[in-house]
Amino acid sequence: MRTPIAYFLVASAALFTIGSVGVLVRRNALVIFMSVELQLNAVNLALVAFSRMHGSLDGQVLAFFSMVVAAAEVVVGLAIIVSVYRRRRSADVDDVNLLKW
Amino acid sequence: MLGQFLSHPPVELGPIGPELVLAGAGVLVLLGGALVRRRQPRALLLASLAGLTGAAVVSVSLWRWRGHATVLGGMVQADRFAVVARLILLGVAALALVLGHHYFERLGEERPEFYPLVLFTTLGMTLITAAADLILVFLALEILSLSLYVLTALSRRLAAVEGSMKYFLLGAFSSAFFLYGVAMAYGATGSTHLSTIARSLAGQTGNQALALAAVALLVIGFGFKVAAVPFHMWTPDVYQGAPTAVTAYMSAATKVAAFAAFLRVLMTSFQPLTWDWTPIVWGLAVATMIVGSVLAIAQTDIKRMLAYSSIAHAGFVLVGVSAATQEGIQSALFYLLAYAATILGAFGVVMLASGRGEEHTSLGSYAGLCRRSPLLAGLMSLFLLSMAGIPPTAGFIAKVNVFRAAVDAGHWGVALVGVLASVVAAFFYIRVMVLMYMQEPLEDVEPDPSIVPRLAVAVPALLTLLFGVFPGLVLGLLERASVLRW
Repeated sequence: MRTPIAYFLVASAALFTIGSVGVLVRRNALVIFMSVELQLNAVNLALVAFSRMHGSLDGQVLAFFSMVVAAAEVVVGLAIIVSVYRRRRSADVDDVNLLKW
Repeated sequence: MLGQFLSHPPVELGPIGPELVLAGAGVLVLLGGALVRRRQPRALLLASLAGLTGAAVVSVSLWRWRGHATVLGGMVQADRFAVVARLILLGVAALALVLGHHYFERLGEERPEFYPLVLFTTLGMTLITAAADLILVFLALEILSLSLYVLTALSRRLAAVEGSMKYFLLGAFSSAFFLYGVAMAYGATGSTHLSTIARSLAGQTGNQALALAAVALLVIGFGFKVAAVPFHMWTPDVYQGAPTAVTAYMSAATKVAAFAAFLRVLMTSFQPLTWDWTPIVWGLAVATMIVGSVLAIAQTDIKRMLAYSSIAHAGFVLVGVSAATQEGIQSALFYLLAYAATILGAFGVVMLASGRGEEHTSLGSYAGLCRRSPLLAGLMSLFLLSMAGIPPTAGFIAKVNVFRAAVDAGHWGVALVGVLASVVAAFFYIRVMVLMYMQEPLEDVEPDPSIVPRLAVAVPALLTLLFGVFPGLVLGLLERASVLRW
């Protein structure tokens, strides 16, 4: 029996929402970054599900692209977070307070 | 005989010629900076400028492109819109390279990575203006964003690294929304080609609900990149934290590139849904103009003030976008051209007026600037008048065009709000001029006396005046460039 596509889309939307809430609620830069990765993976799930629904491979190819982009983002992002941590001894975004309104 | 086995469909690389040149120059400059023992920043600068010039020459030759409208499997569009947007971006990059070279030289910092990063950012930006497929739009967006995060952090000051972290976290957050939008568009229509999406939506074969979700998510993604309210939070922090030369580059170029892609995606793939997305853009425009202009009044730092002013300008461009006509595209392009020249010049003056690095960026240190450097004060006044939209500057013509396009499309309200917002905005521009000309100097600030960056700032000043007095010089070209087909 085939699982309906809608199930995957609901799971993807739920993961994306959890990721968004994580970005907005959590205070540690690393956890925020992990939440963004969760969002990207939620998108990948949706892409693969749509790919199966349409019977075309475009979605799966796009999912590969998004994985590569996510990997590149990790490289740059972690370098920046480490650079902030070295100077501040903290990766908490609330401590980042040199720049205010 | 081997050719029989290795036969492939014809590959037309012409339309991505500028990007190929930029990529080649970027890699060469990167290797040069890493391998040459005694680093010669001036050689790197000249090599980068040569790369930009080459890319510009190839772009101009594409104005008369006779091949297919889209190449490389429908990925890249070869139209005049992309040519014009590319030329604006390449010009901004060239001036920013000169400013940045001087900025780091005066600080005594060796930054050989600055040149290739600017070239790669420009590559992402020019690619996004020609992208005819949502996959390529996303990839180009990431190329330019990732390079910009690093450029922002290119300083010893903690504020730069903090600004970079904020930019990165919020930029990655917005990329996730953008990608979800791409997934929804694919789900709705079964394709990521802009033209196929448009055909599917026009023929009502796509899923309408998913398509609307796609529009909303893509608008959020682009909204972050162009700094439209309520997605503008990162802008003041990043613009203030980044080295001033980098701020000059990204404030001008990022907005041009993101708006070019925004226009193309909305006006081609989602053209059948125009009635659905116009109110969203309309609302964004109103909020952006009001919030940007009002919050700029409260600023005490010139870089933050210009950052809020650039937010307000995004709102004015959105007025042109919301018109959703060819006239709207043309007015938005002209506004972007005028804005890019003005903001690049203004941040260039800030860089020169604040001594070394970011020593004096408070508004107070602009008191009596006309005594210490009449030239800098004069240039700054010209840029501020253009931002306020006062004739005979390019900013005036740009604002008139944008409002006319909106009124012609029937959006009276948004044009009215725009006029009121420009009145509010004029207040804080003129306040800086009052400081410069009518007050005694408070502190002893020596402006940077160098000649070359002054020339680099004079170029946008000349363009601002030229397009203000003779707008017909470019309006004809822009009219022929503002046709987006699907």
